[in-house]
Amino acid sequence: MAWERTKRFALHVPSSTENLAMIRDFVKSIGTQSGMEDLDVARLELAVDEACANVIEHAYDDDTSKEVEIRASVDETSVQIEVVDTGKGFDPAAVEQLKVKDLMTAKRSGGLGMRLMKSFMDEVHYEVQPGVKNELKMVKRLNKG
Amino acid sequence: MANPFSIHKSTEEGLSVLALEGYLDAHTAPEFEKTVQAEFQAGRKQMVVECSKLTYISSAGLGVFMSFIEEIREAGGDIKICGLTPKVYQVFDILGFSALFDILPDLPATVRRFQEAPVKET
Repeated sequence: MAWERTKRFALHVPSSTENLAMIRDFVKSIGTQSGMEDLDVARLELAVDEACANVIEHAYDDDTSKEVEIRASVDETSVQIEVVDTGKGFDPAAVEQLKVKDLMTAKRSGGLGMRLMKSFMDEVHYEVQPGVKNELKMVKRLNKG
Repeated sequence: MANPFSIHKSTEEGLSVLALEGYLDAHTAPEFEKTVQAEFQAGRKQMVVECSKLTYISSAGLGVFMSFIEEIREAGGDIKICGLTPKVYQVFDILGFSALFDILPDLPATVRRFQEAPVKET
């Protein structure tokens, strides 16, 4: 049965950008263990880094007393990641998706992280309850022959 | 922990070369930003960012390139990028940076590109 094959992992870290490297190491191990190719592991690593950096800098405003939770579950078909925080939520639909050239002219890099997440993951969903719980769920399918 | 990110500065044929080593993420991007700003303010507006030892980049790192490039080009300079590993290149490429920046295989090719096209036409 599928549920017997699902492996679950979790990491809780203080909300500080210095912990992004630790988060990436955690995700990298999961990607490698699940049999992903190196470039796909790198994509997974980046998508989770972007999600967590957004939480640290925007949801928690660099408040290091807060905590970011990263949950991962791996089965035969996919790696699923959830990034959970209790900070300020946001409306994902309100994030402008300007062209990169226009962002460059405006000297803004906002929205690039979300673009990378959507480009590199097969599914990205938000469940936002500001101040209560925000969850970002991402799925990367495994292409095993 | 070993220093996760460092910048080695040098000059090559009058160009300012910033060789990046380690990872460029939301934690280390401010150091890169300060360095680029200092170079520009010192009048060194032709910059090569050499990335053969850069192991990782996130949007925070890419944001540094974006925030300075217009101003540098308006001043007749440019930032050209070389030595990207496939892992790092895929991040530049997926966001379309390869059309907006000169991305070269190595330093000699970048020096030649500066001679041919000091400012990239976009």
